[in-house]
Amino acid sequence: MTANTRYRSRVLRSDDVEEKEYVGFATLPNQVHRKSVKKGFDFTLLVAGESGLGKSTLVNSLFLTDLHKDRKLLNAEERISQTVEITKHTVDIEEKGVKLKLTIVDTPGFGDAVNNTECWRSIEGYIDHQFEQYFRDESGLNRKNIQDNRVHCCLYFIPPFGHGLRPVDIEFMKALQEKVNVVPLISKADCLTPGEIKKLKERLREEIDKYGIKIYQFPDCDSDEDEEFKQKDKELKESTPFAVIGSNAVVEVKGQRVRGRLYPWGIVEVENQAHCDFVKLRTMLIRTHMNDLKEVTCDVHYENYRAQCIQTMTRCVCARAKVNAENRVESPIPLFPMATPDADTEKLIKMKDEELRRMQQMLQKMQQQMHEQDL
Amino acid sequence: MCRHSLLVSTVFDLALVTRARAGVDVQRHATQEKSVRPLSLSGHVGFDGLPHQLVNKSTCQGFCFNILCIGETGIGKSTLMNTLFNTNFESCESSHFEPKVKLSAKTYDLQEGNVRLKLTIVNTVGFGDQMNKQQSYQHIVDYIDTQFESYLQEELKIKRSLHNYHDSRIHACLYFIAPSGHSLKSLDLVTMKKLDSKVNIIPVIAKADTISKSELQKFKLKIMSELVSNGVQIYQFPTDDETVSSINSAMNGILPFAVVGSTEEVKIGNKMVKARQYPWGVVQVENESHCDFVKLREMLIGVNMEDLREQTHTQHYELYRRCKLEEMGFKDTDPESKPVSLQETYEFKRQEFQGELQRREEEMRQSFVQRVKEKEMELKEKERELQSRFEQLKRLHQEEKGKLEEKRQSLEDEVNVFSNKKAAAELLQGQTFNSSNSNLKKDKDRKNSGFM
Repeated sequence: MTANTRYRSRVLRSDDVEEKEYVGFATLPNQVHRKSVKKGFDFTLLVAGESGLGKSTLVNSLFLTDLHKDRKLLNAEERISQTVEITKHTVDIEEKGVKLKLTIVDTPGFGDAVNNTECWRSIEGYIDHQFEQYFRDESGLNRKNIQDNRVHCCLYFIPPFGHGLRPVDIEFMKALQEKVNVVPLISKADCLTPGEIKKLKERLREEIDKYGIKIYQFPDCDSDEDEEFKQKDKELKESTPFAVIGSNAVVEVKGQRVRGRLYPWGIVEVENQAHCDFVKLRTMLIRTHMNDLKEVTCDVHYENYRAQCIQTMTRCVCARAKVNAENRVESPIPLFPMATPDADTEKLIKMKDEELRRMQQMLQKMQQQMHEQDL
Repeated sequence: MCRHSLLVSTVFDLALVTRARAGVDVQRHATQEKSVRPLSLSGHVGFDGLPHQLVNKSTCQGFCFNILCIGETGIGKSTLMNTLFNTNFESCESSHFEPKVKLSAKTYDLQEGNVRLKLTIVNTVGFGDQMNKQQSYQHIVDYIDTQFESYLQEELKIKRSLHNYHDSRIHACLYFIAPSGHSLKSLDLVTMKKLDSKVNIIPVIAKADTISKSELQKFKLKIMSELVSNGVQIYQFPTDDETVSSINSAMNGILPFAVVGSTEEVKIGNKMVKARQYPWGVVQVENESHCDFVKLREMLIGVNMEDLREQTHTQHYELYRRCKLEEMGFKDTDPESKPVSLQETYEFKRQEFQGELQRREEEMRQSFVQRVKEKEMELKEKERELQSRFEQLKRLHQEEKGKLEEKRQSLEDEVNVFSNKKAAAELLQGQTFNSSNSNLKKDKDRKNSGFM
């Protein structure tokens, strides 16, 4: 049962039952709400895809701001041997008292060069770097002001001009699937008729299954939610990958001013569900699943990274300890045993071993917990 | 009348001269120009019907046109071809996972009115899909060169049939640009630079129904400026012929064409038109305010098809031919800037080649002789070795035989000694046991025979 439903049922009962049954922790959700509003939220979004697929326009449409002012776009000749850069834009936006520190990580140059082998390495490196920084902060002594720069979600833009996934798409998603929540999108969907969109989505879903790419899965909704919610959730899940259209311009349609694209043959409305899946994406990304994305990043991707890190450290330390031990054993008749340095290192090793054992126990506990959760 | 015939004969002379070598040609042409006077006719002769004769001839023969479509997988090349020629050229969807760029050519016979067209469409399969696209343009360049080469071979033959030859040289190359809205892709730039001197490039913006009008203007300007700043020579519609110069120059300003292709039909009003149906409207392919498809069709097929063929032949093919022949060593003028005839060069080359052949033959013969000698020596060595071994074995054999003889001899001696001893013993025995039963004797005999 979620906190909300518990809260609801409790409220009903407290009306007709007297104080002796009322403890007061029904207000916990309120307290959580208050604290979180005071603390503010942060969210890091990574957008990746070739140039010209509408990434910046979509981000602007999603957050209704103009994040990229006076961008310098490179010419084709400059892009022939382009390397992938990582650029960060951080903005503070506020809505009804709730503050959000939004960081958009852009990857200009991805897929633009003539030779694109391993062009995602710098992106992978960036994500790992954020994890490493957080790991160090978390293991440090002063943990008051840890800045969480970990990437919570990666929007990957697939061009609609092809027949499905291309080799560069598959390599990118496979390289990042364990490190970040990958959400693939069909960009510039206004060049596809509804029939073509359906075919392309099916194709993409098939290929994602076929190549074993682990994209972000929506969590199943609770069984006691109402039917309408479940229906919406089902629809949401069945329309992945989302086919989106973005627009910076506002046009007038039937007396209303909406975000859209003006063509000689009609007007595409960005927020019209019949035209594209932009609303679904916004709902998923911001309104319902933002927290879940953050949680999955913290609980799954970051923990994986941390476990790996610790394992490598353990291996290094063990290897070093072993080497030291071996040196001591293998040296022939120890005529002049070097007592003092060895004793010191031995103590250190013992301490480290203790720590490692403790950490491994914690890991096991966490893994068990995750197991139970999955079940 | 004789003056008229003189004029006519000079005209025909000029026609024959077009096949001659360049340097000499220019000089002769110039001298003839000086001696040609324009004459006015006093009546109707009738050679104004010459173009008609030409047209009739070519219509009977049929026309041939080859288009190369370059673009990423799924960008709409096949659909556009279907829309342009109003037929369904059967083609299957290609996959994104081709390891290399391939070219697939298909030839179709079309007819409109009484004009027959042999159309060849060459598609690039897998273009732009690989991770490393540095070699993508090479296959296309090789294909174009191969077509030029086969034409050149046919031209250089002794017994040639150029009028029957199926010309497979690419006359027009439609380069499909993805509608990103910003600029060309790096791959586009690299490829077009490599192809601009080999084929007439006509860039088109594919799937143009994803770009709004304002963005389209900016996009086109950006593309053209990038092409110009990188020195890429795309095909310019000819403006030297007054009848079409105005429309051609206007079209030159609209390049690259933003096209939309569709083979599906939608009912608009009371007609069925080729269009794409969206929830927000219908994009009509043949509506000039929606896209430039009609302009492309007009320019490519309706007005300039013949010019494209001519350009391919006179400009691109000639360039190829010149480069190829220069590579082979043919020159028009030798180091002293005297015109060198093809014959002489050819003879010279031939002699060189023969000399080369002879030299090589000599070399090979010598090396062959050398090898034979070596082999012979080896074999002799081996023979000697074998011989010595044989003798050694023989000796051994003799020794053995001798030893065996000795042994046999000694054995025989022993046998003799033994039989003597036996005889002596028997005698003794016989004497002492004369009265004993014959059994004992027999026993002894048996024993002795067993012993023997």
